[in-house]
Amino acid sequence: MSRRISVDVAIIGGGLVGSSAALAMRKAGLSVVLLDKGYCGAQASGVNYGGVRRQGRSPEQLPLSQRAHRLWPQLKAMIGIDAEYVRSGHLKLARTEKDFAKLEAYAEAVRDYGLGLELVAGSALADRFPWLSAKAVGASLCPDDGHANPRLVAPAFARAAERAGVTVLEQTPVREVTATGNGFAILAGDGIEIRCRQLVNSAGAWSDRFAAQFGEAVPLTRIYPSMVVTEPLPLRLPVSMGEQGGSFYGRQVARGNYVMGGGRGLPLTNADYSRPSVTAASSVMQRAIALFPHLADAQVIRFWSGTEAEMPDGNPVIGPSETTSGLFHAFGFCGAGFQTAPAVGEVLSELVTDGRTTTPIQAFSIGRFRKVAVETAASL
Amino acid sequence: MSKPLQPVIVGAGPAGIRAAERVVRAGLRPIVLDEGQRAGGQIYRRPLIEDGRSYRSRYGSEAGKAQRLHQAFEALLPDIDYRPETLVWNISAPERGNQLDILSSGVHRQIGFSQLILCTGATDRVLPFPGWTTPGVYTLGASQTALKAQGCTIGDRVVFMGSGPLLYLVAWQYMKAGARVEAVLDTAPVTSKRYLLSLAAHAPRIVALGLFYGLQLQLAGVKIRYGVRPEAVLGTSQVEGLRYRRRTLTGEAVESIACDALAYGFALRPETQLADLAGCRFRFDARDRVWLPERDALGRTSRSDVYVAGDGSGIAGADAAEISGELAAAALLEDTGRALADAAGLVAAREAILRQRDILEQAFPFPDDWFETVPDETTLCRCEEITIAEGRRAIASGSITEINRLKALSRVGMGRCQGRMCSAAATELLSGACATSAGEVGRLRAQAPVKPIPLGFGGRVEAEVRS
Ligand SMILES: Cc1cc2nc3c(=O)[nH]c(=O)nc-3n(C[C@H](O)[C@H](O)[C@H](O)COP(=O)(O)OP(=O)(O)OC[C@H]3O[C@@H](n4cnc5c(N)ncnc54)[C@H](O)[C@@H]3O)c2cc1C
Ligand SMILES: Cc1cc2nc3c(=O)[nH]c(=O)nc-3n(C[C@H](O)[C@H](O)[C@H](O)COP(=O)(O)OP(=O)(O)OC[C@H]3O[C@@H](n4cnc5c(N)ncnc54)[C@H](O)[C@@H]3O)c2cc1C
Repeated sequence: MSRRISVDVAIIGGGLVGSSAALAMRKAGLSVVLLDKGYCGAQASGVNYGGVRRQGRSPEQLPLSQRAHRLWPQLKAMIGIDAEYVRSGHLKLARTEKDFAKLEAYAEAVRDYGLGLELVAGSALADRFPWLSAKAVGASLCPDDGHANPRLVAPAFARAAERAGVTVLEQTPVREVTATGNGFAILAGDGIEIRCRQLVNSAGAWSDRFAAQFGEAVPLTRIYPSMVVTEPLPLRLPVSMGEQGGSFYGRQVARGNYVMGGGRGLPLTNADYSRPSVTAASSVMQRAIALFPHLADAQVIRFWSGTEAEMPDGNPVIGPSETTSGLFHAFGFCGAGFQTAPAVGEVLSELVTDGRTTTPIQAFSIGRFRKVAVETAASL
Repeated sequence: MSKPLQPVIVGAGPAGIRAAERVVRAGLRPIVLDEGQRAGGQIYRRPLIEDGRSYRSRYGSEAGKAQRLHQAFEALLPDIDYRPETLVWNISAPERGNQLDILSSGVHRQIGFSQLILCTGATDRVLPFPGWTTPGVYTLGASQTALKAQGCTIGDRVVFMGSGPLLYLVAWQYMKAGARVEAVLDTAPVTSKRYLLSLAAHAPRIVALGLFYGLQLQLAGVKIRYGVRPEAVLGTSQVEGLRYRRRTLTGEAVESIACDALAYGFALRPETQLADLAGCRFRFDARDRVWLPERDALGRTSRSDVYVAGDGSGIAGADAAEISGELAAAALLEDTGRALADAAGLVAAREAILRQRDILEQAFPFPDDWFETVPDETTLCRCEEITIAEGRRAIASGSITEINRLKALSRVGMGRCQGRMCSAAATELLSGACATSAGEVGRLRAQAPVKPIPLGFGGRVEAEVRS
């Protein structure tokens, strides 16, 4: 079976990043092929915790994050479903004075970005959040943060892209990519040959392979956040919760299940796959009961985990390749790319069409790792 | 220095008990874990409180076997580490060591194993029909469990519906227990019963028993109907009857029957999640329309230290379960350097039973038109409250061809049962819509915990080290 496709842009990876980029580029009038080795949205984008959260992000990420924040309420118009997106508020708890000081410092540092953070401490905590039975020193509320259903979002972006005219090829792994001088030649699936002028590397935790191929080795490591979900229970938890330090996060979905996470799963021999770790899950379960004693008799029905890419400085790689013209990278979202992905798609579309974007992304350049590599070499 | 052998057997049904016996005979002391309160498994399930009923009245024709198995188990007790009411809810990934996560009396423990024999048995295969979630509707197995373990019936006027040999057996047991059996509604056409003739040559006892149950039911005035398709459960807050369609010589007839309880089932489905978590390779079994752990004639899996036996390795009934338990233990002993006593006789006996099963399947065929005839408004997944229509819509709108994708996009199998109950139906719906075999759409990946566990299970992880 062989097939030849010629397009303006090819996108490797149909996660939320690749799918939203495909939709945005198609709307900008480009011809696009979107390739995934499995199903669009079946990796990190479809199995994550579902936190649509700006609070806690590094200041460099906030302009991007704010751009995404304006897109989330428009999902219905963009992809046909609202994907259970709610602006429930995101409440970050501090267990100690020291942690609360960190929340205060963060609020101060991001004052100009318009997150509207509200710090609550002492007895005001119980007045404000009467359902909260945890012993906490204080908390920071970001009223307009929230959550959504990841199972639905990424596949819907891919379907919307397809309806808009993108060629979506699932079960089609990209096997080989070569720069041809004025574009790229790609071999994918069983004998599919693609020619394109521009190429987007949004292959999630597998992106390093494509970056390295173009002389841009990156220190990408894989992480496997560990998740726990209960049976459906009466609605009670109105916000998406987190803890300073990140050892516990939890939300209650429309159906009533508590979805909770914290700690890491364990990679298997084939590091593409992982298992939730029982140790991480147990500590999340204990923490959940400490926070919500009414959960003590609830049943846990499933653990899960997923594969995501992490970079040493906690920031993603977004932007043009520094070695190869026409190539763009977007990966390494460090366990937090769900919220920003719709904006990343738009940014990529701008980069591909105009060569620049209205959102500051200097901090995410792939070149930052080259510098690190050079400096380390020099100091030896 | 090699570590001492610590074989663990999961399940104390016919397979697990015979496996334990063989391992003990070789001088080892296995750990036997079972979720149930008393050993015996499904078929030889024992009462929780002795109610004075005899073996004969509880187990009928199988009383002798039941008694022998229970006695064998009692005799083993001093030589095994038996833990009832213990759920094995996770197995570590193969590369993470040989560890089981267990829950007993609210405490979570991790125990190691050197070898593992999985004898996890089966549960009813559920196919939804309109009204199947109405109070008063039970699975066939559950109706029998009520009788054996609790000493009560699910109702006074009971209808039995479905397919499989248990259908007539349980109806007969209910009649003997004093319930009024209103009807046995067999979804198989009467013509399929001709296969019983060819079975008679191989297994006269099974056929004789089957005929005996059917005859006694008929003599007692129980209505027996073939080629039945359920149309609606009558009653809303409680079963009041069943409306069904059935094939007749001249065409089709629609009939209703009144009852206060309905038991139904379409044969059994194996419990294979633990084998999946253990990393055993699976293969598709076309006859039973289900994925099974790969096994050799003795029960060796693709993992050198994991064995499977009994219905959990493929539905074959209690006699085959006893044999296969013994075989799996024999394989374990041979693989750990003990001599394998001649197993050929046992292998042959099990294979003879498997051949009988093939014929029985023809006599009690799966209703393979189910996926196209089941109405849209029927509940497909009761944990997640998903209808057949929603399942069909998801399949069509997402061009879904794979079962885990159906789960992700529709929530089928995402609830409390984790697909243990609904995946047979979801698989049929999907493969039907794709016009492929059930094997083509793949299998639901198992996730821990295999059954729900309490969030507050104590949290403390107690690792057990054997002295
Ligand atoms: C359990 C978990 C919890 C998380 N919680 C949150 C959260 O609450 N909030 C938040 O904002 N973020 C969260 N994240 C992170 C977030 O999910 C990711 O940052 C985001 O989904 C990344 O999107 P992506 O498109 O880059 O990657 P992915 O969704 O992984 O997509 C990459 C795609 O590339 C495909 N691919 C790879 N190699 C090839 C190839 N050779 N050919 C073709 N296709 C290929 C893969 O099949 C995959 O579909 C979490 C992640 C996990 C795993
Ligand atoms: C409800 C029901 C009724 C049946 N009645 C009859 C009948 O009347 N006549 C007949 O011929 N056949 C009957 N069968 C078929 C019968 O199950 C088998 O032929 C026979 O019992 C198989 O033996 P086994 O040892 O493989 O499994 P089982 O007898 O099913 O025993 C399996 C054991 O494993 C335990 N187990 C499973 N998973 C776990 C876990 N994760 N952790 C701990 N323990 C676990 C179970 O509690 C159970 O005790 C019935 C089946 C069912 C489901």
